[in-house]
Parts: sequence; C-alpha cells; structure tokens
Amino acid sequence: MTPARPPFWRNVKVLRAVIQIIALVGVGLVVYVLFFNVTNNLRARGIRTDFEFLDQPFGVRIAGSDLSPGAPVRAALINGVKNTLALTVVGLPLLTILGVLVGVGRLSANWLVSKVATVYVEILRNLPPLLLIVFAFQGVILRLPPARSPATPFGWFVISNLETHVPGFRAGAGYAAFISAVGLALAIGAFVWWWRTRVQQETGAPHHRWAWSLGLVAVVGVIAYLVIGRPVTITLPVLTGRVVDGGFRGLGAFFAVMGALVLYTSSHVAEIVRGSIQAVPKGQTEAASALALSGFQRLRFVVLPQALRVALPPMINQYLNYVKNTSLAIVVGFAEVTLIAFQAIGNGQPAPQVIITLMAAYLMFSLVISLIINVFNRRLRVVTR
Amino acid sequence: MTIAAPRRRWVKKNLFGGVWSSLVTIGLGLAIGYVAFVLIRFLATADFTILRRNLALFMVGSFPRPELWRVAVAVLILAVAAGVAGGLINASARLRAHQAGLPVPAPPGPRSLVNGFRRYWPLALLIAVCLLLTETVTPTILVLGAIGILVASSWALARLPYSRWSWSLVVALPFVAYLVLSSSGLGWDKWGGFMLNIFLTVAGILFAFPIGLSLALGRRSSLPIVRTFSVAYIELFRGVPLITLLLLGVFALRLFLPSQLNPSSVTRILVAITIFEAAYIAEVIRGGLQSLPTGQVEAASSLGLSTWKTTRLIVLPQALRATIPAMVGQFISLFKDTTLVAAVGLSDMLNTSSIATSQPEFNARGLARITLPFVALAFWAGSYTMSREARRLERRLGIGER
Repeated sequence: MTPARPPFWRNVKVLRAVIQIIALVGVGLVVYVLFFNVTNNLRARGIRTDFEFLDQPFGVRIAGSDLSPGAPVRAALINGVKNTLALTVVGLPLLTILGVLVGVGRLSANWLVSKVATVYVEILRNLPPLLLIVFAFQGVILRLPPARSPATPFGWFVISNLETHVPGFRAGAGYAAFISAVGLALAIGAFVWWWRTRVQQETGAPHHRWAWSLGLVAVVGVIAYLVIGRPVTITLPVLTGRVVDGGFRGLGAFFAVMGALVLYTSSHVAEIVRGSIQAVPKGQTEAASALALSGFQRLRFVVLPQALRVALPPMINQYLNYVKNTSLAIVVGFAEVTLIAFQAIGNGQPAPQVIITLMAAYLMFSLVISLIINVFNRRLRVVTR
Repeated sequence: MTIAAPRRRWVKKNLFGGVWSSLVTIGLGLAIGYVAFVLIRFLATADFTILRRNLALFMVGSFPRPELWRVAVAVLILAVAAGVAGGLINASARLRAHQAGLPVPAPPGPRSLVNGFRRYWPLALLIAVCLLLTETVTPTILVLGAIGILVASSWALARLPYSRWSWSLVVALPFVAYLVLSSSGLGWDKWGGFMLNIFLTVAGILFAFPIGLSLALGRRSSLPIVRTFSVAYIELFRGVPLITLLLLGVFALRLFLPSQLNPSSVTRILVAITIFEAAYIAEVIRGGLQSLPTGQVEAASSLGLSTWKTTRLIVLPQALRATIPAMVGQFISLFKDTTLVAAVGLSDMLNTSSIATSQPEFNARGLARITLPFVALAFWAGSYTMSREARRLERRLGIGER
C-alpha cells in the first residue's frame, strides 16, 4: 500500500518551491523598485543613467601625479587604483613583519618584552584606525619642516611636510636585458630548489636549498650586472634649491596613511600570531626537544608550520581589512581610488554610477587577494595532510 | 636580604636571562623611559583650555545647550537600566546555583564596588579625565548620581526575588531615555559628539541584527535560491569598505528612494551602516550556527519538531549564546568605525576635534595634538572595556557548560 500523499500545503517539495519563488519575487521586486527609482530620479534631474561619465574630463589636478585636469575620469580612477595598490604593496609586508615580531614578543620569556608587546597590542587594537591616520597626518607629518626648507638627514633623505624622498634606483642602458637575466636566474633557482628537495627526499643528503638557489641567482645577477655595464644605478635624493633630484618620492599623506594602518593592522596580526602559536599543542615542542632539535629548529620545523595553518584564514581577513581601510586616506587627501570617486561626485559626475564603479573596484581587489591566498592555503593543506 | 633573593632571581631569570635578553631589556627600558618623559612633559606643559571650553561639544555636539538636562536625565535612566541588568544577572546566577544545589554566592556587597572599579578601570579613567576638564560642578554631581543610582538599583534587584519579567525593564528603559532625549523635536539628526558615536553603534547593531540573523539562516538554508541571495549579499557588502557605503548613503541613497522620501543625513548614514553591518553580523551568527553539533538538529527532528520549531527552540538559543563574544567584537569594531562618519561630514566626536581646532580662538595653533589624544582616550576606554568584557564572557561561556 502506498502511503497517502500529503495535501499540497504540507508537501515539502511544494513548500520549498513556494518559499523560493517568494524569495525570488521579493528580491526581484526590491531590485526593480530601486532601479526604477534611480533611473526616474536621475532622469528627472537631467543626469545620464549610463556609464558615459567615465570619458568625461575629471577636472581636478591630482596631488603627486602628472595627470592633467582634462584627463578622463577613467584615467583618474585608474590612477587612484594604482595608489591604493601602492599602499597595499608597501604596507602588507611591513605589517606582517611587525605583527609577527610583536606577536612572538608577547610570548617572550623576557618579562619586559612581553609586557611592552601587550601594551602595544592593547593600545593600538582599541583605537579607531581613522583617528590614527588623522593623528599621523596632523600630529606627525604636518609638523615636519616646511617644503621650502626640508630636512636632509644623513644626506640620504629629503623630508618635508609635503613629501619625503628616499634613496632609489634608476634604470640605465641594458636594463631590460638585466631584468630578463635575473628573471631567468630566478626560474632556474626555483628548479634547483625543487631538485635539491628531491635529492634530500630520495637520498637523505642535506639539501642546502637556500645556498644553492640564492647563490645561483646572486652569481648570475652579479655577472649580468658586470657584463651589461651598470644597468641599474642607485640614486640618492639631492636637494638643489627647491628641486629634489633622484631617489623615490612619496607624499606625506601616503606615509601617514601607511604608517597608521600598518601600526593598527599589525596589532591585530600580533594577536593572530600569538593565538596560533599557542594553539600548537605543547607536546609538539616537547617531542621536538626529545628529538634534540635546537630552539630555532623547533620553531622552524615544528611549531611555525603548524601555527601557520591556524593563522592563515584570519590573516587573509586582516590583509583584506588593510586594503579596505586604505579607503580612509580620503580624510588626509591621499589620492587613492575612494578620494578620486569622492572628487568625481563633487564635480557633478552621477553619484550612483561612480559609487558602483568604486565598489566593483574594491570587490575585484578583495577577490584577487583571497584567490591568491586561497591557492596558497590549499597548497599548505595538501602538503601537511 | 631574605626577601631580596627571590626577587633578584626573578629579575635575573625574566629580564637578564642571556646576553640578547639583557641587551633588549636595556634598550626597551631606555625607550620606555623616554616615552614616559615625553608623556609627562606633555601632560605637565600642555594647555588644555581647548578641551575645557569644548567638553560639551565633544560629548553631545551641537545639542542645544538649554536642553542639556535631557542628556542628564537620559544618563540617569540608562544608569538605572545598567544597574537593573547587573542586579538581574547576579540574581539569576544565584537562583541557578540554588536550583542546582551548588553553594549560592553572596549578593553584591561593598566588596563588589571595588571589583567593579577594577573591572571597568578604563571607563573610570575616562570619566575622571572628563571631570577634571569640567568648568562647573554639575557634571560631577551627575556622574556621582548616576553611579549611586546604578549601585542602588543593582543591589536592590539582586536582593529582590528574581523574575524573568524584570528584564523587560532593561529593554524598556533605554527607549524611555531615547524618548526623553528626542522629544520636542530633538531627534537624532540634532545629535553629535560622542553621543552620536554611541547612538550609531547601538542603533546600527540593533537594526542590523534581524537582517543579519535572516541572512545567516538563509546562508545555511537548503533552498538554493535563498542561499544564493544570502551569500551574494554577505560577500558583496563584506568586500567593500564601509566608507563606500557611507558615500552611497550621503550622495545616492535619496536617488534610490521615491522622491517623496527625504531622510536626514544621520538617518541616511544609519541606513548605510545597517546595510553594511548586517553582512558582518550574518557571518558572526553563522559562526555560532556552525559551532552547534549536528546531533542537536537530528535529535530535534527525531522528536518530530518542524524545521521552524527546531530553529527557534533548539538551534537559535544555543547558537546565539555562543555568538555573544564575537558579537561584542563586532560591536567594538562598529564603535571604532563610527568615526568614519566624520569623513562624510557628520559632527561625531572625531569631527568635533577639527571643529574645535578651527574655532577663531584656537585656530592654526596645532591644537590637534591636544584634542586628538582626548578623542583617542574616549574610544580606547570604550573599546578596551568591551574587549575585556568579551574575554570574560568567552571564558565564562567556555568553562560553564562545555
């Protein structure tokens, strides 16, 4: 006997379908109403509803760039993305190093070190990042010497409240050849690394991967440098009158934003590092001691690889937070992508489209970073399990 | 000598345990000495007139001065609410211990005053600094009155017979405080300063909670369309910075609404914060849902409970309890993020700093180095207290039942 079918209002399949249709219609309705309103409102104000504004002139000179005010909004936005990228590329390694140092410091056997690290974390973690940026700008950068009489410590730097010049390098003739030679050496170095690892795994002989690969890259680099004949020269910033020559230049606002965010984010990273080292069971360290591994070896081969696995997901979050927080540079006038969008709206470009473009840019940024780290994450898991 | 020996051993072991350790200790010691010197010199020589003159501005923004009594009354009402909540927590803990046959802890006595001070010392520090900066005696009376009311109501509630319904008082009193503040046309658009930061945090979490809860349940749902929408919402708004949403709120929200609706700037910001925060709260709640053993749901369905009943009676009570520490963390992070409204022109406490330093009397004298540390102290005291409380809760919840 087949069981009687339940009435349709008790039938799970029907119910599921109905709920989903309701959800679909509801969300569709909300989206439609929003879209309907925005197109109507824009039309009523005589504003275009497409993305044509990207080709309109931006209309403002961007501090620290060669872009003319007549350049299209598109170019200005791309410039902003580049500045966001610059903040990220310089900031992420710095905050990682600082965070790991402080995090390990909190676990130090030295009482003073662990106390100082604790105070560092508890102060910075509980301050609004925006306040740190404003303070770094108004309290530090703006109190530097004015641009007409900058400070030149050691003759290596030229520092004023407008911008800071640091030693840099300049490409000479044969630069491309030199870079490709080094790139080739790096590729071969990676291969040598893999080869030495295999030799160790198969024969048990010491691998010396670092010495082999780095040595190879260094030797090739030096030979290429000598053969091509000074393809790269190091330049120090030189102040003549009011003009600074050579070196790399960074705006004061750049250093304020980067410094403040590196300090802020490193305090969070320190907590992650501490937590994940503590998450490694004590028996692991004890077992490593029983195998007569040295203190460094215990850390390098036993504790850190396991801690890293715990630390990686929250670290991704912190990196993403850092990228998102670079948008706070808007308050000190550093021309990253949010400030550009803000200025574009101020110049009469249609706000909804500008903001949607801005959000899309950040989403892409977030997506790319999480993709990169997810690949790394997967690799880590495969190797250890 | 006999006392000094273990101490000396401690110093040798923990500060001078080796060559490197000794060098680091000396270096750090010198650095700490220098920082302390700079700090003391700052506190001794700086002129805090700008803070004295503008204390009310920092706290309540441009709230009309003749109406300040409303703020005072609201503070007193909130003190009652806090006291009642504290007393009820104590009473319910004792009731539970009594029912379980465990030794019943004593109701709060004079000792708990000292404990409370120790537990909330960052807040006490902030209040003390504010009182030092006042020019009249009224704020001191208000603070002492609020503390008195808080202590009295918590002691009373801890001693009265426990009733679940007393919690409705804790819920209702903040609304009364809100009504006192906002009646006679002083709605939240007129608020500013620290009050605005606190309001945006509390209101943002309150409004975002139901949305976040539905998104979290939607993300765990087995219905593909519901799940897709939830995931899309959460990932979209977690992927963009809050400031882009604030810009949306300020410049574009009006365009998305029918033209009859014309919300004020604080309301628009609040909408933006709610949209943003809902995505984060959803992830916090999802964490709680995931921490629940599957056996709970299986047991519920073997009892014949419907999906809805399982969620309401079995899943949520346990999952939400597990999310409390993370929720406090989210609260802290929003509290810090409310400073962002300064970037879009609302006069919150951070923006008040630049309003104060551009007053003709204080203009162009580099006084941000006085006002910003004060703002920093306020935010630090709030966040640090909450993060300590979150850690306490985490320990209690962790040890208690699991």
